[in-house]
Amino acid sequence: MLVYVPARTWGTRAAAAALLLVVAYFGYSIAGNANFGWAVVWQYLFDARVLSGLSLTVWLTAVTMVIGVVLGTIFAIMAMSRNVVISTVAKAYIWFFRGTPVLVQLIFWYNLGALFPEIFVGIPLTAWGVSLPTNDLISPITAAVLGLGLNEGAYMSEIIRSGLLAVEPGQRQAAISLGMTGRKALWRIVLPQAMPIIIPPTGNQTIGMLKTSSLVSVIALSDLLYSVQTIYSRNFQTIPLLIVACLWYLVATTVLSWIQSRIERHFARSRNASK
Amino acid sequence: MIVVDRVSKSFGKLPVLRDVSLAVSPGEVISLIGPSGSGKSTLLRCVNHLERIESGSIAVDGELIGYRRVGNHAYELPEKLIARQRARIGMVFQNFNLFGHKTALENVVEAPIHVLGVSRREAEERASQLLARVGLADKMHSYPRMLSGGQQQRVAIARALAMQPKVILFDEPTSALDPELVGEVLDVMRALASDGMTMMVVTHEMSFAREVCHRIAFMEGGRIVECGKPAEVLDNPAFERTRAFLSRVQ
Repeated sequence: MLVYVPARTWGTRAAAAALLLVVAYFGYSIAGNANFGWAVVWQYLFDARVLSGLSLTVWLTAVTMVIGVVLGTIFAIMAMSRNVVISTVAKAYIWFFRGTPVLVQLIFWYNLGALFPEIFVGIPLTAWGVSLPTNDLISPITAAVLGLGLNEGAYMSEIIRSGLLAVEPGQRQAAISLGMTGRKALWRIVLPQAMPIIIPPTGNQTIGMLKTSSLVSVIALSDLLYSVQTIYSRNFQTIPLLIVACLWYLVATTVLSWIQSRIERHFARSRNASK
Repeated sequence: MIVVDRVSKSFGKLPVLRDVSLAVSPGEVISLIGPSGSGKSTLLRCVNHLERIESGSIAVDGELIGYRRVGNHAYELPEKLIARQRARIGMVFQNFNLFGHKTALENVVEAPIHVLGVSRREAEERASQLLARVGLADKMHSYPRMLSGGQQQRVAIARALAMQPKVILFDEPTSALDPELVGEVLDVMRALASDGMTMMVVTHEMSFAREVCHRIAFMEGGRIVECGKPAEVLDNPAFERTRAFLSRVQ
């Protein structure tokens, strides 16, 4: 009777021990350091203003990502169209919104009233309709959703396009040879198989958006970062309040990563099902 | 059943089909053989309008494929009508092209439900009969990547049959298979042939062409060089080019 003994992994153990020491040292020097203001962190962690900032950040991330995915899907399909006009429109959109800083886009939407004082709602080139003051139509929140959503759509369309291109062309041909129209083949056969490729970078984008959305502080929207900024501008507890914001960003990122792994598992079903 | 009349096509400047004519009668099994690049697969793909033809015409069951003729103009049909024509022309690919995110059963019911509008229950009932017919009753709920190449190709044949096609086009159906799996696919095709299915088969399996096919068409350089009964073409070819090709593959 042989007893099999796996090779010992001394290197791993030594590294783990060393790491533990480093972590303990840093943990002690941070937790035990009064300058970090842990009491203040704790005091503001569940502050009503911080929580309402957090909820705006989460809401903005969700809404702009939904817009981004919808626009991204539409523009990805347009960019792959055989119709030159349609694909050029999509490429121009992607070129413009990826080519300009999102911060500038936000400010632009927020100040749209300075460029177009009134917006005409009705049938173009006729008198049928009404002119409305732009500043009534574009509130800071609309400007934020427009700015972030349109920008996200450009990035998402490239992600979705790469997913669609990764599906073997034979899949579409088989669907078409069975009598499906191009559109049906896209929705029922190609897109579902592009999902495993699209999801990881989309998760990345969502997590990125969580933090990019903090740019809305320039148009006076009190998201998570802006709300802690307003608090520390009065009590000067800058570092503790930034730690509060970071802790919440970390919590939100953790939750999003968990959701992403669940979605990935769902779409990976057909790959490693073992029936 | 299939009438190919003086069809020509080129990819850019390269002519791939030159004035090809061929008529396949109902229940006939015809195989297209020839060196690679001879236009066999392109001809097959023109029959269900996966490729556009540039002159001539192709008709299946009396219906012009892909175009509507008015006077001396042929107008390409709208996508929906072409899709309707394709629904009755089965196609089996070299690489199977089973839908990777669907089980064998789901692959077979997909088009009957979403193209023909058959109820799910009816489609599944018929699909399980078809899968049993190709010897895969126990693999209904397997995903393609869990199946061998031969099994995948048999699912693909069942998927084509589920649309109750008038003809089935086979594009090198055994070329991507390990040698020991070729037989099981050819057996299914042989059974289809004896059931009277009209089939057009691009193949390199000379023994299959000889045993099962009613006629063999030898193509080279975008032309049908000769076409006739298997014994004539394979054993007593009229053209030197056919003889040269056969001596290389046999």
